[in-house]
Amino acid sequence: MAFLTLQGISKRYGDFTAIEQLDLSVERGELLSLLGPSGCGKTTTLQMVAGFVTPTTGRILLDGRDITHERPEKRGIGVVFQSYALFPHMTVAGNVGFGLEMRKVKRKEREARVAEALALVRLNGLGHRYPKELSGGQRQRVAIARAIAMEPELLLLDEPMSNLDAKLREEMHIELRGIQKRLGITTILVTHDQVEAMTMSDRIAVMHRGTIAQLSTPYDAYERPATPFASTFLGRTNAFAGEVLRRNPRCAEVSVAGATLHVPHEGRHVDGAVNVYIRPEKLHLANGDARVRGRIATRVFVGNQWLLEVETHLGKLRVAQPNHGAPPPEEGDEVGLDWTDDDLRVLTQDTAGGAHGHA
Amino acid sequence: MKQNGILGLVYNAFFLSFIIAPLAVVMLVAFTDKGFISMPFEGASLRWFRAIIENGDIVAAFWLSVRLAFAAATIGVLLAVPAALAIARYRFPGRAALTSFFLSPMMIPAVVLGIAFLRFLSLLHLSGSFWSLVCAHVIIVLPYALRLALSSAVGLDRDAERAALSCGASRFTAFRRVVLPMIRTGVAGGWVLSFIQSFDELTMTIFVATPGTTTLPVAMYNQIAQTIDPLVASVSAVLIVGTVLLMVLLDRMVGLDRILIGEAR
Amino acid sequence: MATLDDARPGAAPWLLSGPALLLFIGLLLVPLLLTLMLSFRVFSDTAGVQSGFTLSNYWEVVSDPYYGTIFLRTAGLAFAVTLLSIVLGVPETIVLARMRRPWQSLCLLIVLGPLLISVVVRTLGWQILLGNSGVLNNVLQALHITDEPIRLVFTMTGMIIALTHVLVPFMVMSVWANMQKLDSQVEWAGRSLGGSSFAVFRRVVLPQIMPGVLSGSIIVFALSASAFATPALIGGRRLKVVATAAYDEFLGTLNWPLGASIAVLLLIANVAIVMGCSRLAERRFKHIFD
Repeated sequence: MAFLTLQGISKRYGDFTAIEQLDLSVERGELLSLLGPSGCGKTTTLQMVAGFVTPTTGRILLDGRDITHERPEKRGIGVVFQSYALFPHMTVAGNVGFGLEMRKVKRKEREARVAEALALVRLNGLGHRYPKELSGGQRQRVAIARAIAMEPELLLLDEPMSNLDAKLREEMHIELRGIQKRLGITTILVTHDQVEAMTMSDRIAVMHRGTIAQLSTPYDAYERPATPFASTFLGRTNAFAGEVLRRNPRCAEVSVAGATLHVPHEGRHVDGAVNVYIRPEKLHLANGDARVRGRIATRVFVGNQWLLEVETHLGKLRVAQPNHGAPPPEEGDEVGLDWTDDDLRVLTQDTAGGAHGHA
Repeated sequence: MKQNGILGLVYNAFFLSFIIAPLAVVMLVAFTDKGFISMPFEGASLRWFRAIIENGDIVAAFWLSVRLAFAAATIGVLLAVPAALAIARYRFPGRAALTSFFLSPMMIPAVVLGIAFLRFLSLLHLSGSFWSLVCAHVIIVLPYALRLALSSAVGLDRDAERAALSCGASRFTAFRRVVLPMIRTGVAGGWVLSFIQSFDELTMTIFVATPGTTTLPVAMYNQIAQTIDPLVASVSAVLIVGTVLLMVLLDRMVGLDRILIGEAR
Repeated sequence: MATLDDARPGAAPWLLSGPALLLFIGLLLVPLLLTLMLSFRVFSDTAGVQSGFTLSNYWEVVSDPYYGTIFLRTAGLAFAVTLLSIVLGVPETIVLARMRRPWQSLCLLIVLGPLLISVVVRTLGWQILLGNSGVLNNVLQALHITDEPIRLVFTMTGMIIALTHVLVPFMVMSVWANMQKLDSQVEWAGRSLGGSSFAVFRRVVLPQIMPGVLSGSIIVFALSASAFATPALIGGRRLKVVATAAYDEFLGTLNWPLGASIAVLLLIANVAIVMGCSRLAERRFKHIFD
């Protein structure tokens, strides 16, 4: 049985529906990310699990226990807030030990466990300082230490890295994941940063307008998006409108701008008006055998790769080429593009999704 | 922003002199050795400061003002802090009206308040009572205490309280250990400001004061209305110095511009 | 203590603000209502306040030229003080805003500090300064600007000067608060587009501080119209304003109903001016600021 289960959760504020019919199971020891743009409901979901917001309908079960209406202070869930929310009038040690104080842990044991937690986040010896005296990155570690010091059953992280600069963020992704794995704490991470979600998670729940658009591993979420939203939210992609001509056992024949593409449908039922997707890194420049020819409109160097925009009769295609050493052709040059059919994806156009475009 | 040119600095000096002039004059006159106010004067003396202590009425009025201000400030803060928390944290119908109501004494002319209290107290035959005076002053100072407590409460990070709850603290413990300490300076600043406002209050108190409950400002006003003698000047000098010290204290605690303007710095 | 889900606050906020609310209803609302009622009572020189309903008090205040002069004088005083506060206070605030750190705080303290000193003390200072043998006259005579002492005490001019001194900090406060909200980079933008210092000041900075000047003016006007101590001490017995007139009736002739009617009229005028002008200002400036 899953460790944390959300059944039929919804949250309505008057006329406004923040969350609609959400079902989610989190396994013991896994790190699951709630990924989505602002307003998709991910923070509201987190707040309901923590107990700061009561669901309008549905149940929340933690290790078999129904905690839907339980007060936050009774749930024993560790929370790291986006703004860290440290107690400014207490020292670092006071902050970290607060949860233990509330559980009436004796002073000696408390001090030992606080020291342990601080060592875990690499803040040894800073227990006597006040939050005001620390850097942003250090404050974040204190917030983490405070949440894990009381050895909670569940850890909730609300966009914990959004206030850190890029380099620090990258380091913290790895470090935090390491801590989580070492302690084996079941964790839910809320973020809008897809790189963060993909780096750290066992599974990702892509959220959109109050529901889960897709729940899968990072690899599957990226390579096999299930909805137009998921396709365009994670990473960049090229999208074309097309019409299904025929559905074969393994792939569908789709007419796109006059040409016929064979696109694997992975068992999905696709018919009528569809979008065909291909990721920029799956397109490569071909000298001889090119399926499509075009002219380079823009060329940008990003360090580890080149990003090209190529004008073709299919439209403007984005191509990502790894930096092998020799630069690709210049702007204005004619090039040929090729790809493997297996890398194509197809999804039925939904009313919310777009037709032709980039993301 | 542009820096100030010479014109700006000169104007500033002029303005500051304008502001300081009457206060400086009072302090100077307090040191005269003559029996009447004259400017300039030849000899300097402390006789008028000694005269303060010998004047029983003034001393009594001083202590009355101190007790009154202390009581009014304390009660004012005790009432204002819960109200500020209520207004800052909850969205309830009537919230805006309630806030305006609590801040209204600042908009009502002190004369009107004085008359209203006088009528009220005389109908209840409570005219000479110390505690009725305290209640009247609480009404006057509460807006100040409330404004400061409110700006503290509004600026409070709600997540800190949620963090305390997630650590297992009961709601009351979270309030006591996290919320209260975080609004501590706003509350203390509110107390000091209320004390000062009550101590200084003149216009309303003139109407309500009786011979037995004369505050220092009222005593001074009555004296000045008849004749100005250096005694009032020396009392004023003492008040000025005392207020300056309190001002420095307030500025250290909360920041004076924040108090007087009500914005966070 | 905190409801974290803001949907249903319940009775908590009312319980928390209850004590203060009760005090205010009992000691503010009720006395004001009693005053209102008092203003409709009859007064006789011999028997004091009678029961009975009459509008004669209001009629007397409105029709008697004695009170007419007082109201006009008060209004004139308020206008003059407000104008002077703007002329003196606004440039000072701008100068303050352009100062650097340690000086700025110090000067702000000096300008705003007197608000914490009792008005009696401040007015005493002016009495000494403005007296016939006061400092100002001595200085003017020494500089041979005048031969005889200028009468400043017990004059309108003296009142205006003293009251301006008392109230100009409010103007500074209001404009200062406004200036804090300004984005200083807007000024640089104006310069980069070719505007001279003066043009930028006139077309960019000044319009933006108008709301502060306006709300400061409302405060200063309202406070000077209802001022008591300064007009009483500097204006003296012959230059009455509304507040001192009310005092006379109440503690002088003991005609409480008449005094109450003056008070009620003052209150209504105050509230009307403050709220009316605030609404106007809000509407005028709404599209610029939030």
